[in-house]
Amino acid sequence: MDGFHDLGGFQGFGPVPHTINSLGYKPVFKEDWEHLAYSLMFVGVDQLKKFSVDEVRHAVERIDVRQHVGTRYYERYVIATATLLVETGVLTQDELDRALGSPFRLANPPRSGGRAAPPDSTRFEVGDRVVVREEHVSGHIRAPGYVRGKEGVVLHRTTESWPFPDAIGHGDTGAAHQPTYHVEFRVKDLWGDAADDGYVVVDLFEGYLDRASGQRA
Amino acid sequence: MSATPSTDTTSTPGERAWALFRVMQEKNLIPDGYVEGMTQLMSEQFDPANGARVVARAWVDPAFRELLLKDGTAACAQFGYTGPQGEYIVALEDTPTLKNVIVCSLCSCTNWPVLGLPPEWYKGFEYRARLVREGRTVLRELGTNLPDDVVVKVWDTTAESRYLVLPVRPAGTDGMSEAQLQALITKDVLIGVALPRVG
Repeated sequence: MDGFHDLGGFQGFGPVPHTINSLGYKPVFKEDWEHLAYSLMFVGVDQLKKFSVDEVRHAVERIDVRQHVGTRYYERYVIATATLLVETGVLTQDELDRALGSPFRLANPPRSGGRAAPPDSTRFEVGDRVVVREEHVSGHIRAPGYVRGKEGVVLHRTTESWPFPDAIGHGDTGAAHQPTYHVEFRVKDLWGDAADDGYVVVDLFEGYLDRASGQRA
Repeated sequence: MSATPSTDTTSTPGERAWALFRVMQEKNLIPDGYVEGMTQLMSEQFDPANGARVVARAWVDPAFRELLLKDGTAACAQFGYTGPQGEYIVALEDTPTLKNVIVCSLCSCTNWPVLGLPPEWYKGFEYRARLVREGRTVLRELGTNLPDDVVVKVWDTTAESRYLVLPVRPAGTDGMSEAQLQALITKDVLIGVALPRVG
């Protein structure tokens, strides 16, 4: 989903609000409600088993853009959990509105039903040159837009496999499992000279990749 | 702290969170003690002191270092530091000419059991947008000025691998105990935005 959440490389933001080794991360939960964000999410995932963490990520991505920009981090996970509990029939919008005493705004409905893992994926080895498939996916996907169509080198193939996010992110509990690859990209190959030199390594599912055919330019 | 209301409602984030909690509680969806237990795990047991113990051990024990770099999950499991968001752990080895840094550009993925929950700035739009593209500049702004011959390698946490940075052991630490070494390894060192500092 080419949403606002896909922030890698987005320009216009100011300095990161931090100085190294400041202890601003303590306490871990700054306000009396923040612990609820993950706790209630895990009630839905682990206790009720109504949705996956992938679906939570997708629900956050579905928060309307103007609302998304104005929300804080933990707030988005409260909205996502509430959205998924309504979509899976556990709660109703009306119950939330009444408990809140005003409209409880949920994320937008999905614009896509998701997709299965492509059947033609290839097993790669460390050192292989790969290219990220040039494809646009309206549902959930764990390939950031900045590597779409770009070439990189495989540094690692995981020894475990996981459900394909584009499927399980839409509730497909039968999603095919795939390993992922740590693929190293040159920053200059992603943004040319409008970037610092260096490398970015992205952890990509097998189904997002093809073998690179040409030579590096 | 003032709360930022969403665009079409006057409620605060906290009011919405508690409203969701009340509705779930009224339907008996939340097991007794569940929220308290998760909160304790996330805010007290998941702590960067865990990662500091792992790195200090790797600095003093070559066999453990080798295991950490080959099978980070097994190495961290020796300390009991695995769990949610820390089930496939990969340690990233810095060298005198390579600086590894971790981000999650799409959300906030972090190696919870080893590094602790991510801090606000790590989850912020600025870090998520900028680090992958201008890593050296972001590090300099944060207070880490790297020499030109050090290559910056940013790791975007986009699937199930959860990282920690294994920094170079700084000069002047030869006589230090493992406990003294642990004190040099902060949360920011484990994320990769800071270098361990002696004194």
